[in-house]
Amino acid sequence: MAEGKKTDRVRSIDPAAIEMLKVADERGIETMFHRAETGSICPTGAEGGCCKVCYMGPCRFIGKDKETKRGVCGASLGTVVARNYVRECAGGASAHADHGRDIAHTLLLIGRGEAADYKIKDPVKLRKVAGYFSIDTEGKGDQQLALEVAEAALNDFGRQEGYQTYSYRAPKKRQELWDKLDVRPRGFDREVVDSMHRTHGGGDQDADHLMRQAIRMCLASGWGGSMLATDLSDIIWGTPKPLTSESNLGILKDDEVNIIIHGHEPTLSELIVDAAQDPEMIEYAKSKGAKGITLGGICCTANEVWMRRGVPPAGNSLHQELAILTGAVELMVVDIQCVFEGLAPVAEQFHTHLVTTSKKATITGATHIEFEEERGLEIAKQIVKMGVDNYVNRKPADVHIPDIKSPVVAGFSHEYIRYMLGGTFRESLVPLNDNIINGKIQGVAAIVGCNNAQTTQDEGIIGLVKNFIENDVLVVVTGCAAHASGKHGYLTPEMFEHAGPGLSEVCETTGMPPVLHMGSCVDNTRILTILADIVETGGLGDDIDQVPAVGISPEYYCEKALEIATYCVGSGAYVIFGGVDSRYRASEVVTNIHGNKWEEIYGGKLHFIPEWQGIFEASMAHIQKKREALGINVEKERVLFDMADRRA
Amino acid sequence: MATIAREIEGIRQTIAGGVARGVQSYLDLAKARLEEARGSMDSDKKIEFFPNTGYFLPVIYAITGQKVETLDEMALVIDKAEKLITPAPAAKLWLPYLGETLDNGMAALWLAEIIEALKYVGAGPAPVQDIWLGAADDIIMRQRGVEFVDGSAPGFAAVTGAAPDTETAVALAREMQGKYLYVFIAGGSRGTTFAHQLAEGGVEMGWDTRLVPFGPEIYGHIYSVGFATRAAMAFGGVKPGDYKGTLKYNKDRVFAFVLALGEVDDLKYAAAAGAINYGFPTIAETDIPEILPTGVCTYEHVCSDVPLNAIVAKAIEVRGLKIVITEVPVPVAYGPAFEGERIRKEDLHVELAGPKAKGAELTVIADDVEDGKITVVGPDVDEIEPGTTIPYAVLVEVSGRKMQKDFEPILERQLHHFLNEAEGFLHVGQRDIIWERISKKAVGAGFKFEHVGKIIHARYHADFGGIVDKVQVTIYTKEPEVTELLTKAQALYHERDERIGSLTDESVDTFYSCTLCQSFAPDHVCVITPERPGLCGAYNWLDGKAAFEINPTGPNQPILKGAVIDQRMGEWEGVNEFAYSASHNAIERFSAYSMMENPMTSCGCFEAISVLLPMCNGVMTVDRDHTGMTPCGMKFSTLAGSVGGGAQTPGFVGHSKFYMGSSKFLSGDGGIARLVWMPKKLKEELEEAINANAVKAGYPDLYAKIATEDNGTEEEDVMAYLAEVGHPALEMDPMF
Repeated sequence: MAEGKKTDRVRSIDPAAIEMLKVADERGIETMFHRAETGSICPTGAEGGCCKVCYMGPCRFIGKDKETKRGVCGASLGTVVARNYVRECAGGASAHADHGRDIAHTLLLIGRGEAADYKIKDPVKLRKVAGYFSIDTEGKGDQQLALEVAEAALNDFGRQEGYQTYSYRAPKKRQELWDKLDVRPRGFDREVVDSMHRTHGGGDQDADHLMRQAIRMCLASGWGGSMLATDLSDIIWGTPKPLTSESNLGILKDDEVNIIIHGHEPTLSELIVDAAQDPEMIEYAKSKGAKGITLGGICCTANEVWMRRGVPPAGNSLHQELAILTGAVELMVVDIQCVFEGLAPVAEQFHTHLVTTSKKATITGATHIEFEEERGLEIAKQIVKMGVDNYVNRKPADVHIPDIKSPVVAGFSHEYIRYMLGGTFRESLVPLNDNIINGKIQGVAAIVGCNNAQTTQDEGIIGLVKNFIENDVLVVVTGCAAHASGKHGYLTPEMFEHAGPGLSEVCETTGMPPVLHMGSCVDNTRILTILADIVETGGLGDDIDQVPAVGISPEYYCEKALEIATYCVGSGAYVIFGGVDSRYRASEVVTNIHGNKWEEIYGGKLHFIPEWQGIFEASMAHIQKKREALGINVEKERVLFDMADRRA
Repeated sequence: MATIAREIEGIRQTIAGGVARGVQSYLDLAKARLEEARGSMDSDKKIEFFPNTGYFLPVIYAITGQKVETLDEMALVIDKAEKLITPAPAAKLWLPYLGETLDNGMAALWLAEIIEALKYVGAGPAPVQDIWLGAADDIIMRQRGVEFVDGSAPGFAAVTGAAPDTETAVALAREMQGKYLYVFIAGGSRGTTFAHQLAEGGVEMGWDTRLVPFGPEIYGHIYSVGFATRAAMAFGGVKPGDYKGTLKYNKDRVFAFVLALGEVDDLKYAAAAGAINYGFPTIAETDIPEILPTGVCTYEHVCSDVPLNAIVAKAIEVRGLKIVITEVPVPVAYGPAFEGERIRKEDLHVELAGPKAKGAELTVIADDVEDGKITVVGPDVDEIEPGTTIPYAVLVEVSGRKMQKDFEPILERQLHHFLNEAEGFLHVGQRDIIWERISKKAVGAGFKFEHVGKIIHARYHADFGGIVDKVQVTIYTKEPEVTELLTKAQALYHERDERIGSLTDESVDTFYSCTLCQSFAPDHVCVITPERPGLCGAYNWLDGKAAFEINPTGPNQPILKGAVIDQRMGEWEGVNEFAYSASHNAIERFSAYSMMENPMTSCGCFEAISVLLPMCNGVMTVDRDHTGMTPCGMKFSTLAGSVGGGAQTPGFVGHSKFYMGSSKFLSGDGGIARLVWMPKKLKEELEEAINANAVKAGYPDLYAKIATEDNGTEEEDVMAYLAEVGHPALEMDPMF
């Protein structure tokens, strides 16, 4: 395996990953880390100068004069790259919004009484969401409301006229801008079909016009499908509030049945948790010689059951193969997104069962047990039992569990953050805004997204997290960046000691860690909600683009990341991508659109800065720029109130 | 890093942990006391736990909407509190605790209120004993509330613990009195309490001196919170159960803070966390952990290790309070807290005027006024034999471009307040019925008659600087000068009365608004006409006019009446327009003379409420001092809840007592002849005014026909009495 390896390359900064990769190297088992070193990455595609939307090509745009070249059809590089951008966003948006649609479908079944294994765990939020859809809640039970909310949500996806309901949750000024620019999102399905249509050969052939559609389509996911995924999941499985757990491969146990849940949607994973905690099942495991059943999560489904059930996360997406390499995983059950085919050959080397469950996703070589909500728990039990039955096949010689794990506190929903800052009776974001205004917190950095096998795992994420908190920037994390923060100890409240003086004081007061775990990648909408709430709360401008905040995906790998970035930009945020360089850099026209023009139009922009140090500098400069614009960069004199002030 | 670490440990373990442990103790005690009470009374028996209030257990009522009138209902609240409680944060890998700590604090408030309420039914020590006053009833809350509304009391300090010694306690109390603050006292430390220290130091306590000892245990501070909570409901119109409204009102408008002296134990931490929900921060003498980030309170939440000589100033700054002090150059303490102070005979150095000697007070416009000139004609205080009474008169001459003759009585009337605020100086009455005393202590401190002049000079400039440029004062302490001034003054008093009597609503084209109360009652607006003074009784039309001259952008604005819409009801276009905008579009129409159609709104400071008695075809009026039941089936305290907070409620109207002598008293509804019932004490107090009004209206024998509680407190009984005496209301047109 060693041949072809870039000698200066560090694969990961996570000691558990390093340990497992050593095992892989010793046993000659190939992983993503290895293939990133040996596989061939297309240099033309890496820059984005490749068009394959029709069969007169593919056309390649390389060389110094590439910007002035034309494809066979006459397409300019700007058109080609913008078209790629839009199509890749369509892929990402479809993944996230379809996740939302699946949850809405589960809610519909609950409403119809056809999914007995699910309950409404947050009836308060159900009513709140019903309010967004203008559904009268008076005198209605949970089931009835679940039905009505689910129908309204599903209708929004396919809405043929008017705009997405959730778009009206954005700050007033942002909505006015969307209306002025005609980018308020219509029904989600319309936006994606529109995007695929206009990027067909001989369709929309103007980079600015194409990129505008990228914004509108992604807003349909951010302020629509994705936000619904979050809200409806909270309704069914509960709105998260902080809990403690442990993180990294060390959570696997050498004397228990280990089952890994991997993928994205909580629909199955929640029931797997129920099945694994069933006393009968635990007894059954004991009958097989195990002391119990340990569940561990990978990727975003891990985030879902971590923050709602305390199920310990085994790691981020680059850990999926490494978990199996421990030789201690009886079964890995997966659904959709970021579940890689490379799992199957790794699992073949061990006793591990790889079980696919989604109607949308099977993997050659894996066992497929199709999941249906109507028989949810029954199927979950079948899968868990399959794992338990496999325990006897574990080969002790194969077992290598790294003794590495870190305690974590996770589960900061928007609702809990409001509660955290004022309790039941004074819940609000006022203390957050106040402490941003007074400078104890300089700004907020959302560090989100993936791992990428081409970059050193967790390095960019952790470099940024560490430096931000040291400089009094509050960090919120989701997705695989949340895993990274957890594995490296940044999700513990004790971390206040490593925060700057202002942030650590706020941590002291609230008891929160300086890094807040806000959920899975679809839950980036929680961050949108917080940003809108910050604006609503007051004192930090009247639109999201004025808030001293930045969104970063330091190790992005997928189309979903691009879609998140684009809806954040359309909402006014500055987004920076790190790790691998821009896939759109071939075109200066497109680079200028997302890097400059968008800022003029939307107040937000997207930059690609591969090194995390550069991201950090750009972020701090941006935060200071926003603080100056708000006039909060200088200390304000204390306002004392006399009677006339109280009458005002 | 090391210091930060220590403080962080402190907040989590000492404060969050302390609050969690503290509230558990509250819970245990509340449960035990409830069981004790259940042993001696029925659990479902209706009880008024706190005396004379329309707000039940006010904190619980305001926050949860739950009326607690039985032990069973108390048990429900205890359950609710228990559900709200979260245990102390873990030593390692703790979960966030701020929200939980605030919830624990709120639970502590409910439980403290229950613990105190149970004392009133015999479970636990008697709430009113020794120096302790226990609960403040609604009368006190409304009277004192006015001072919070008009700014004469900028806020209150909730003092807990005790100072290191009596001397320091007295100095702290004096400092807070000097800053116009109310000082609410409960709980002790160092083996004693702040109140006991003040008693030892010979300091007079009670509502009149603004030093209010609620109770010896920390639970007694629930009366401080209850006072603030009732203010939100009474003046702010916040509805019970609207906890957000109550807490926001208090954060924005009630400038209170906790002053912790000596050790802060877990019980106190729990109470302090409750107070933070209200936006009331804690300032501690001792070195407890600080909570400096802002947000729940306006500024810091807990400040500690503050030297006692700086603690009051620090507290005021932390609460975000601006107190404007008028420096008055006198050798004694000065401030509204001394207004209610008494001077007993044995403490008396000299008595001025009063029943045993002649006297007068007169403020007039004059030419050739030399600003600051003070002349004493006659012997000074140190030349008078202690214990004697002397004739005494004060002539204040003022000039100023904006000064008008109409303002003379306004300025003159203020002498009562201005002089009373000096420690050791008592002022009673006005005009030629003044009665004043100077204490031995004040004379010992160097107080002389010139200081009377200095007080008047300083306060006239401070309070009336907009209209007065120059002030000179002459003090007469011997005959015949006193009699000479008295004679001149009496002629002027008569002239003024004639002038005031001729002022009618028709004779002026401008009324005055009063939104002084908007600091407390945001949607309320008073319209003051010559014949309808402000409902608090403290501001008449001339006051409004003068106040506008003094401060053209202040809370009293001229309102051009505009075209008459309905003369009988007292409705004008200009007034409607003004009321609409000043009430933030809450009130569209406004009748000055009717309680049935678009009556005027009330802040909560009203002296009296008139209520329709439908069977009697008339109106009953009850004043805030009357605690008994009334024929409308509600006590004043309950009625006040339906009238206050800027709400327009036909059939109910708040007003001043003085208004009952006006020919415009409910004239749109039939006038004084509608008056069928009032408390006996009020009736006697207003006999002259009611008689005069009734004679003018053509009912010379009305006074005797007005029923009181002696004739009944059920409408049927009142009705029977009216029929028996032939009350004119029975013959009038139906009221609605």
